[in-house]
Amino acid sequence: MTDSAAARIVDSAPPTAPSPAPARDKPRHRIVLERFLRHRPAVVGLLILTALAISCFGASWIAPFPHNRQDLLLGAQQPSSAHWLGTDSLGRDYLSELLFAGRVSLAIGICVALLSTVVGTAVGAIAGFVGGWADEVIMRVTDLFLIVPAIAVLAVALESLGPSPVTIVLVLAALGWTMIARVVRAQVLTLRNKEFIQAARVIGASNPRIVVRHLLPNLTGVIAVNVSLAVASAIILESTTSFLGFGIQPPQSSWGNMLSQAAGLIGTSQAYLLYVPGLAILITVLAVNFVGDGLRDAFDPQGRQ
Amino acid sequence: MMSTDASPVLSVRDLTVTYRTDSGPVTAVERLSFDVAPGETLGIVGESGSGKSAATMAIMGLLPRNATARGSVLFGGRELLDLSDRELRAVRGNRIAVVFQDALAALNPMMTIGGQVAEAVSVHDASQGRRALRERTVDLLDLVGIASPRDRVDQYPHELSGGMRQRVMIAMGIANDPALLIADEPTTALDVTVQAQVLDVIERVQDRTDTAVLLITHDLGVVAGIADRVMVMYCGRKLEESPVDALFHHPAHPYTTGLLGALPRIDRRAARLVQIPGQPPLPTERPTGCPFQPRCAHAVPAVCGEVDPAPLAVDTTHTTACVRFHEIESVTR
Repeated sequence: MTDSAAARIVDSAPPTAPSPAPARDKPRHRIVLERFLRHRPAVVGLLILTALAISCFGASWIAPFPHNRQDLLLGAQQPSSAHWLGTDSLGRDYLSELLFAGRVSLAIGICVALLSTVVGTAVGAIAGFVGGWADEVIMRVTDLFLIVPAIAVLAVALESLGPSPVTIVLVLAALGWTMIARVVRAQVLTLRNKEFIQAARVIGASNPRIVVRHLLPNLTGVIAVNVSLAVASAIILESTTSFLGFGIQPPQSSWGNMLSQAAGLIGTSQAYLLYVPGLAILITVLAVNFVGDGLRDAFDPQGRQ
Repeated sequence: MMSTDASPVLSVRDLTVTYRTDSGPVTAVERLSFDVAPGETLGIVGESGSGKSAATMAIMGLLPRNATARGSVLFGGRELLDLSDRELRAVRGNRIAVVFQDALAALNPMMTIGGQVAEAVSVHDASQGRRALRERTVDLLDLVGIASPRDRVDQYPHELSGGMRQRVMIAMGIANDPALLIADEPTTALDVTVQAQVLDVIERVQDRTDTAVLLITHDLGVVAGIADRVMVMYCGRKLEESPVDALFHHPAHPYTTGLLGALPRIDRRAARLVQIPGQPPLPTERPTGCPFQPRCAHAVPAVCGEVDPAPLAVDTTHTTACVRFHEIESVTR
């Protein structure tokens, strides 16, 4: 169009119906934030997670005792003013151990969730968007991952690779990406036939652009929820493997191997130590799920203002 | 505005679109030929399933995987059916643009309207800075008659009215000053008052830019309003093609006559509207000979059931695919 054409040419058009006043004047990120803040459980969840993250990742400064400080003469103690959650049989302060262990569990949970979400989203989007034989191959591979019992794979993989946090993250992510891949693929399959995707083709957009600019933004809610679910399931799975002894090895601690060690105390006066890491896992997982819920609602563009 | 001497922007010859389906091949468009001159508005009228959309998708190179197009689609001297995907992308949205029927569905719900108009520009010209692009977007929104475009540019599709959304679609369509704008039922989803405004916008934009418009619709009123010529499609065939006035006053195909008879008219108080008996045949069960023959009051089975009519000239600008049109004409006039 020429510059002259860019001049208003609708000046003699019949008066347009009075358009409704702009529905809002706030930038988008403000609206998302406000909607999230209105979601009570999500806000509570976020506060809990923040508190947990600060105390766990800041454990070196916050924890009342250093990591793995043993006091064999002290031995197992009931909770007291000096040791709020008591001590274990090696005389280690249980609260401090809980925080240091949380550092490992949270880090693994977050890393696994991010890694598996990135991989799963990419694979699912390609499968759903490209379709045809690529879809067939990818989905059969994910089926393969789904029918293999995760615990068995974890045990074998960690036995041969060595149970370092990095290998645990890689193995858990390798097992976890299939879930989101299937969800994303299903969403892409329905989105792919939407008219606005066709419209994007019509303006000449390339396939990568359509996926990145038009498909993925419409999956924000799904992905946000999935990240939260993945964090939760990764923490649980890490705990399971550590509980079974394939995962994080002492003296390094995670909530899973704390559970494992406390399991030996069932029937003694210290059986309550089982509940401490267990509750930590439960609270974290719940909080993460609430946050995911709130994120999904907040990102929905058609949600209530 | 019609300029018949100029070489056509779009020249379609013997376009045939076939879908492979589980129940065998289905021909959606059959040996379709037509031209569109620069600045001209060609209305394509037809019921659903008549092949209007399949034809336009074939022109855009956007047919689904199970469809094939044969024939020739010359656009600006280039054979579109032979272009690679990359070459086609450079044409789409740039030289040929499309305005869809349902703007709410055709706009990305997660992107601001400004972002989408800007994308229509930046896909083809990445050289513009953000500020220049935004100014261009505001200009385009202004051009299609969106009031206070500067406030609207950051809104999302669901915050606009239907007419406003359709204007956004048009803004995206004309963003790169295309030679051909395909408007696929642009007003069907709109209120009558808004329809008039949107058609008006299309006409005004066209006046300034000499863009040819391919107006696909099933609404003869819309065609009468803004088209220069009309093409009537049925069962993937072109049954009649003529200048607008001639088609409305002297329809030369019984199907067109039927369509016009089914149209309510404010200037004539008809006891009841005349309907065309029967239904369009299923694509898998096309009749032999003339596709309209089973529903046609003038059909003579010995002729119409045997001869598959090619377009015949009524006069220099008017064709009809009816072998009996001379006989029918003498009866009805």
